[in-house]
Amino acid sequence: MIELKDVRKVFPARGRAGEVVAVDGVSLSVDRGEFAGVVGPSGSGKSTLVRLVNLLERPTSGSVTVDGQVLTELPDERVRQARRSIGMVFQHFELLDSRTAAGNVEHPLELAGVGRAERRRRAGELLDLVGLADRADARPAQLSGGQQQRVAIARALAARPDVLLCDEATSALDQASTTGVLELLRRVRDELGLTVLLITHEMSVVKAVCDSAVLLDRGRVVDGGRLADVLTRPGSPLGEALLPAPVADAGAGHDGALLRVTVTDRTPETRVLQTLIGELGLAVEIAGGSVETVAGGRYGRLLLRVTGGGAGLDDAVHRLRTGGVLVERVAATAEVAR
Amino acid sequence: MSDWNRIWPQLLDATWETLYMVGVAALVTVLLGVPLGVLLTVTAPGGLAPRPLLNRALGLVVNLGRALPFIILLVLVAPVTRGIVGTTIGSTAAIVPLTIGAVPFLARLVETSLREVAAGKVEAALSMGARRRDVVRTVLLPEARPSLVAGVTVTVVALISYSAMAGAVGGGGLGDFAIRFGYQQFRTDITLATVVLLLVIVQALQWAGDRWARSLAHA
Repeated sequence: MIELKDVRKVFPARGRAGEVVAVDGVSLSVDRGEFAGVVGPSGSGKSTLVRLVNLLERPTSGSVTVDGQVLTELPDERVRQARRSIGMVFQHFELLDSRTAAGNVEHPLELAGVGRAERRRRAGELLDLVGLADRADARPAQLSGGQQQRVAIARALAARPDVLLCDEATSALDQASTTGVLELLRRVRDELGLTVLLITHEMSVVKAVCDSAVLLDRGRVVDGGRLADVLTRPGSPLGEALLPAPVADAGAGHDGALLRVTVTDRTPETRVLQTLIGELGLAVEIAGGSVETVAGGRYGRLLLRVTGGGAGLDDAVHRLRTGGVLVERVAATAEVAR
Repeated sequence: MSDWNRIWPQLLDATWETLYMVGVAALVTVLLGVPLGVLLTVTAPGGLAPRPLLNRALGLVVNLGRALPFIILLVLVAPVTRGIVGTTIGSTAAIVPLTIGAVPFLARLVETSLREVAAGKVEAALSMGARRRDVVRTVLLPEARPSLVAGVTVTVVALISYSAMAGAVGGGGLGDFAIRFGYQQFRTDITLATVVLLLVIVQALQWAGDRWARSLAHA
């Protein structure tokens, strides 16, 4: 549905500042109906990247294809038409203060030349969808941040787009509003069959809503894939960022080997412990870790301190690996280094 | 002081002349100044339709209009006035220099107002497929409306003060009245009455403008 091929964006030098390569050869593909994330630190080029999708920024080179249309080859007028089927939500909502909530939702319809009665009807329908039917006549200033973002989402959906772009859509919101807005995004994706590309610097947002994600750093894609794959891929930077390895409590007097185990729905900790304790008779202590829900599945990283046998440990690692468990031995020196 | 019976009707006439000059000049100023302000904004670097050369040329003309002392402008545009109105004397003739003096002033105020509309709102409209003229019509002007009204108010008040000067060179109105009856005939009471009248007009305008601007600011 969204296809970026080797896209570069270079901002020309300005004054004493040299030219800035904001996006440096990014290729990215998002399937129809997928909820995809782009995550990275500030200054990594995320916001520029999302603006390249609807050509709010023209790429310096590379191609952008949305729904089969190569936008980078279209004349301006056709790009404007294409933008109507690409909704966009912003960090600071960008609602018009001169309009009511309903008036804001009607804005894109007005631009598309939809008649007044139909606009009214559609705005009512959309405000209902985002749970703000009773605030249709409210001005943006009378709404909370979360409510404003809901209106902005309704506005982005008004022209029945196939694609929704979210630029840090929850970064200006408190935790409760963030949860609400993310649930709403997920729900509209499900109900309307949208393809969503969400930009964020928060891993928690990716974990809450995305099916897949790419990690961006200094304008380049460092890692990416479906979260289910990324989390179980050894040494994946994105997997590591989403679920950081637990830090061992390196207290004195502890001995034994440390194992870092990734648990999933298919290889839950119960099975891991069953293998280690039940089958091999090892003593296992949980030295650290956490388990959480990511992309609808259960994932965790545990740090286990295993005692009870030198040769038995190699056997344990081997058995776990043949059982499909992602497990690594953590060197004792690494532990001390922490 | 018994001649006030004679003076009152003339003072009233002068007031009407001032309101006429300022009223028509203000109307034409808004019709020309707002589009000029829009043009200054959108052609600026980083604007909706950057045209650096045109922008610089417009900026120069506008600055020239604002830098010229009004009294000099009054004399300079006399040929233009004669071309448009047929004469350089009278209230109608005074409208021409008043308008020429006020348009650049308002254009700059409009530019400032429009620039203060958040760039993100413009971007949001563009993301919906808005054309540039749609952005001006549905985003820039409506969002800046309270500030535009305030700018127009300031311009009209400036026009009143200009009109007193225009009056001095044959335009009539309260300024002319104050000079002929008050200053030249050493009638401090008449000067004072005129000043009070001008003050009342300015106050009323400012009050109405502020109220209007406030009613538009929904925050």
